[in-house]
Order: sequence, then C-alpha cells, then structure tokens
Amino acid sequence: MKILTRHALTLAIIGLGTAMFSCAPKGPKEAVTGGAASKVYVAPGQYDEFYNIVSGGFNGQIGIYGLPSGRLFRIIPVFSQFPENGYGYSEESKPMLNTSHGYVPWDDLHHIALSVTNGTHDGRWAFANANNTPRVARVDLKTFHTTEIIELPNSGGNHSSPFITENSEYVVAGTRFSIPIGDKTDVPISSYKQNFKGTISFISVDKTSGNMNIAFQLLTPGVNFDLARAGKGPSGGWFFFSCYNTEQAYTLLEVNASQKDKDFIMAVNWKKAEEYIKAGKGKKVKAKYAHNVLDEKTSMTTSTMMEEVLQLDPTELKDVVYFIPCPKSPHGCDTDPTGEFIVGSGKLAALIPVFSFTKIQQAIANNDFEGEFGGIPVIKYESALQGEVKKPGLGPLHTEFDDAGNAYTSFFVSSEIVKWNVKTLEVIDRIPTYYSIGHLCVPGGPTAKPWGKYVIAYNKITKDRYLPTGPELTQSAQLYDISGEKMQLLLDFPTVGEPHYAEAIPASLIQPNSVKFYKIEENAHPYAAKGEKEARVERKGNQVHVYMTAIRSHLTPDNIEGVKVGDDVYFHVTNLEQDWDVPHGFAIKGASNAEILVMPGETQTLKWKPLSTGVFPFYCTDFCSALHQEMQGYIRVSPAGSGVPLKFSTGKVETEATGGN
Amino acid sequence: MKLFIFLLVLLSVSCAPDKPKTTEEYPDLTKSAPEAVITDPTKGIGAVKNVTLKTPIEQERVSRGLAIYEMKCSACHKLDETRIVGPGWKGVTKSRKPEWIMNMITNVEVMLDNDAEAQKLLELCLTRMPNQNVSIGDARDILEFMRKNDGEK
Repeated sequence: MKILTRHALTLAIIGLGTAMFSCAPKGPKEAVTGGAASKVYVAPGQYDEFYNIVSGGFNGQIGIYGLPSGRLFRIIPVFSQFPENGYGYSEESKPMLNTSHGYVPWDDLHHIALSVTNGTHDGRWAFANANNTPRVARVDLKTFHTTEIIELPNSGGNHSSPFITENSEYVVAGTRFSIPIGDKTDVPISSYKQNFKGTISFISVDKTSGNMNIAFQLLTPGVNFDLARAGKGPSGGWFFFSCYNTEQAYTLLEVNASQKDKDFIMAVNWKKAEEYIKAGKGKKVKAKYAHNVLDEKTSMTTSTMMEEVLQLDPTELKDVVYFIPCPKSPHGCDTDPTGEFIVGSGKLAALIPVFSFTKIQQAIANNDFEGEFGGIPVIKYESALQGEVKKPGLGPLHTEFDDAGNAYTSFFVSSEIVKWNVKTLEVIDRIPTYYSIGHLCVPGGPTAKPWGKYVIAYNKITKDRYLPTGPELTQSAQLYDISGEKMQLLLDFPTVGEPHYAEAIPASLIQPNSVKFYKIEENAHPYAAKGEKEARVERKGNQVHVYMTAIRSHLTPDNIEGVKVGDDVYFHVTNLEQDWDVPHGFAIKGASNAEILVMPGETQTLKWKPLSTGVFPFYCTDFCSALHQEMQGYIRVSPAGSGVPLKFSTGKVETEATGGN
Repeated sequence: MKLFIFLLVLLSVSCAPDKPKTTEEYPDLTKSAPEAVITDPTKGIGAVKNVTLKTPIEQERVSRGLAIYEMKCSACHKLDETRIVGPGWKGVTKSRKPEWIMNMITNVEVMLDNDAEAQKLLELCLTRMPNQNVSIGDARDILEFMRKNDGEK
C-alpha cells in the first residue's frame, strides 16, 4: 500500500512537472527550428540588411545593431557622458548636457522616433527622449552624433515621447508625472487634484536643419502620460496619447492608480491647435529650459537658456482635445499603417480594444460624449470602438504592424508575441519570448510603410539564456522571422543598457549618406591648427592653450615647457588625417575627466589641470599605425610663479639641459 | 612582355577577394583601379596620364600648392632632404616624373600596393602614406609648388 502510494505520488509529481513545463515557454531546442542559423548568418565582409536603432534605457545611450545578425556596431552617447570618446567631457560637448538644473550627465533613454516623410522612413534623424530630467535629443544619421538636445519645461519626466508626425512636423513630449506648474509650485502633495497639471509639448522640427523648437504646450488635467503615436493618412492631423492614473493618485500608485475600470486614450487635433496658435490664442508663460545645438563646422555645442513657452489651454478651446475610455491603465497606443485604427493596450487588461478614427470623428460630430474629465469631453467607449481582440494573452503592452495587415502585440505577463489580423481582430499565431517582453519592433512598424520581414522582442529578463555574469545579467533582444504565417525564433542577441523601444530601418536609407571624415579646409573651430605650421602654445593669464595637431604618428608640439601648477591647460587637438577610419586619441596622465577621440579633420579639446610639478606624458589612445606606440609627448609642469619660459617644439633635439631652475 | 604583365595583373586581381560594391566610397578619381596594362611604370598608376609643365612656372598654382602643403602634407614631409615620417621633398621633381608624383598623391592606396617605387619607399619609411583626399587639381598645384621648391623659375 505504501509502495502504491509512493508510485502514485511520483506519477503525480511527474504529471505536474509535465504540465508546468508545457505552460512555460519551451526550451531553445524546441523553439529554434531548421534554417534559423542560415537566416541570420551575415558572412564576414557582408553587410546587414537593416540598422536597428535601440534605446539604451538607464545607460542614456543608443545602441546601433545590424539585422539579421544582431551585431553591435556603435554606442551613441546621447544623455550620458562617454569617457570612451570624451562626449560630455570635452570642452566642445559639455554644453550638450546642460539643463536648467545645471549639468546633468546622465539620463534614462526610453524611446526612438526616426524621421519620416509622407509617413515613411527618410533616414535623416533619430529622436530620443530623456525620461528623468525631461529632454528630447536629435541624432544625425549621417554622423551618428547627438547634434541637439532640448529640455522640456513644465514636465515631471518625459516618458510619452518622442513620437513623430507623418512629415516630421513635430515630435511630442508628454509628461509621465503631473506636477504643480506655473507660479505656485510649493504646494502640499495632497493637493494633486487641485494643483497638479500635465503638459504635452509639440516640438517643431525644421525641415532642412532638423533644429527643434517648442512650438506650443498643451495644458492637461493631472494624469500620467505613458506613450503616444501620431495619426497618419486620414488621421494625419491627430495625435493619440495613452494616459493612466486618471484616479489622480499621488501615493501607492500600484494600487491607487489601478482602481478604475478604464483610463483614457487622449486624442489631440494638432492641426486645430496649430490654427489656434496662428490665431494668437496661445499664452506666453515664463519657463526656463536649455536648448543645446552642435555646430558641425566648429564642433562646438552652444547652450542657450530659453525664457518662455507658448501654452494652449484645451479646456478653453473645446475642440482640440478629447478623451476616449480605454481599459485598465493603457500603455501602448499605436496607429496602424492606414491611420484608421488606434490600438490601446491596457497593461492590466485581458483584451485589446481597437478604435476607429472614422468612428471617433462621427462621435465628435454627434456630441456622443459620456461626460467630461477635467473640462475635456469624454467620448463614449462603444462609439469610438471598432472592436476588441478577445483573449489575446495577459498584459498587452505594445503593437507594431507588418505590410500585410497584421499586428504584433507584446505581452509582458504571459511572455509572448501575438500576431493578429487588424481587420478581423482574430489571433493568427503566438510565440514565446525569453522572458518578459517589453517593447517590440518590426522594421518600419510604426510607419505608413512597414518593411516587415522580422519582429524583434526587447526582453526585460534573460535569466538562464546566457552565461551568468554574477547577479547582473546581460539584457537581450530576440529576432523572429515573420515572413510566413507562423512566426519563427531565429536569434538571441545581447544588448547594452536596458532596451526599451527601438526602430529598424533598411541600411540602404542610411549607409550611402554616412560621413567618412570632416574636410580640414572646412574646419571652423576657433582653436583649430589646420596644418603643423599653425601648431603652437599660447598663454592667456593662467590659461594655456595648446594648438596641437595629430597625424600618423606624431603629435605637434610634443615637447612643452613653461606650464605651471594652477594653470588650466586646454589641449585643442586637430586630427590632420583626411581618410576614413583614422581617428586619433589624446590622453594625459592624471586627467580627471576623460580621453578624447578626434575624428579626421575635426578638433576636440581636453581640459587638464596639473596639480603637481613634474614631467607628464601624453599619447594617442587610438591605435593608428605601426608607430602608434611612438605617438607621444611630454609636458613639463613647474611650480606656480616659476620663471621657466613657455616653449614648445617637435623633432627638435637640444643640447642636454642642465636643469630647470 | 606586355601580355605577360597583363596576365600577371589579371591573376593578382582575380586572387584578391571581391569587395562588396557598396565599399566603393570614393567614386571620384582618387581611387582608380590598377590598370590592366601599365604602359610606362615611371609614370605610376592612376588617373594622371600626361602632365604638361610650363616655363616659367605658374605662380598662382605655387601659392595654392603651398597652402595645401601646409595643411595636409607638412606634418610628414619637410622641404629639404630630411626624412621625418615621409621623405623630404627636395629634388623630388628631378627624380620622379610629374605623373608619378600626382598619382602617388591622388591614388596612394593603389600605388603602395602595386607600384614598385612606391613600395620601396614604404619599406624605407614603414608608415603607409595616408590618403589625404587631395583632388587631381590640388595635386597639380602641389606639383608646381614642388617645382618651385626645387629651384625652377
């Protein structure tokens, strides 16, 4: 009897185990089927088909990967200092990280928006948001440099950003945290309902230069803005924002912001807002925010502190902003390629509502409202709804689209991607991710012209997928083939930072425009030495400016004397090379900031403050030639007030000196 | 003999790995392919086939050539015989044909890989002369400046 019981127990345990395994995502051996390796193999010397431009989350950077190989090509520092190349440390780039709070050398970069023309990728710029100290950055895809950062005033944290309109007219910036704004900001936290406001900034993008400017801000009731998408085609003049915490909770949001059955998608008629701005309905208010722009000709970044911003109050204008109820704290808010359908993803919901732009317009025309929230009309849920995707999975987050009328939604709680048809709202296929997917990306997925072919999952947990590296594990992405009816897992690849949103774009839209070097003739840096003849050292009070040149394989000047303790020494290094892929580096002993990398034809400046006397070596850090190890020099530092004269040379051999003093 | 050289070049070309087409980053004349038939090896390899020199030397070219020299060349080439990174320029117009000099400036990668005289210099200097992206017109100005440096009037 005992034996029988034991057997039964064993069987039960086996049964239970089997059941558990069949619920959990299948192991890699089952998931990866034949042909996966050949589909991601990019032979040595061959190129990937797509660039994958991936947010770095808490590292404040952007990672550039190739698809389908998953190879990492570049890390672009955006909101974070980067000692590897001196970004945020060099005198030229420091102003890029200036804000109204002073120098903020870090941020939390969540989302990417690639520039579009007629709703289609044009390969010009990538925009990215700073979630912490609210900012939007623009990266030039010719140089892969961060060329502009604008701060957002009256924002508590820029999460709902930097989504873009179909001709790159605007990128938006919606605050995640509502806060008290204006003159009265020192108020009790418990006065949230009364004093806290949300803002959505519409940042205009200059068609030629790409330069950003806050065109206007919409004032909104105090809620949390999460994500957004512009309309396109018929809905091109509109923008859609998901918002949660319509409970207006200010503590234990986990519980208190999850009370209501429905929160909102906020629909904004931005064309109408533009009309009101033109008609002078905007109100100028005082606001302090930094606007930082890189001039590629001088390599210098200028930071300007702005003084005011134009605001529109939609409660006064009535026909600019509408709320649409959306179940359970909506997160993703995505418009399909036709612009007719808006997909809301309640992160606590077990269904996906799909709204119709046509129905929204009809509801507005018919005054089909269920009431108001904070002075803004609320459209009836049923009036705006096209239909619901039933039982798609648990915890829908984000939706991307392919070029064949299908949608791909990520499910965080059930760790899967679900493919469904936008017209029929029927689930077609589902595939596990490893593990806990957040954002996902189909090349061109948010545009009017998806390129299709792949979906990439950006996962929050990797657990047992990679060799362990202590308690902190690699972050990762997974590549799936979507060319057939069934999705197929092809590849896991590690990512730097924590990937949130990403976009993928055909290499052919970027590769031909890539800058290879800067023309030395066009270098307009005020401290450039355009040729060794211009290399020199100048003293201005306690500032010593070294106009230095670098070429394979020497620095000029490479012997400098007459520098004193207490001086500020500026090494302005000009790379005289005029060929692709020949950067030079510059580093000096005891530098408390970083090294700098100088691209061919460019000038970069490292500030160095000697604290003690002695002879300090400096050298090139980027292996440049067979004689790279010879690319070095010395600087002599004498005591403050010493009479050692300023002198500098290269290649000059003197008779042995008898001593400094 | 010509046929032999032709075959040799063909052979070396066919041994080299095929580069992807998109790496042709300089569609201009600065990176022309090795020619199938090298008619006059003393003229080097490249787009420059025949240079006509004028006497007296062209002063406008000399001043433009000097400016380019100071920006792009002087870090490695002195105007006397001293070799620093590259050889000094004194006498270069006497020992090399004008075409060879201009091809060396504008087509340096191919010259260093295929021209016997350029390869001898590389063995001597041990640093590959960089491509400084000098146009053919600018190379002509540099050549005129070299003539002036060699005492021509």
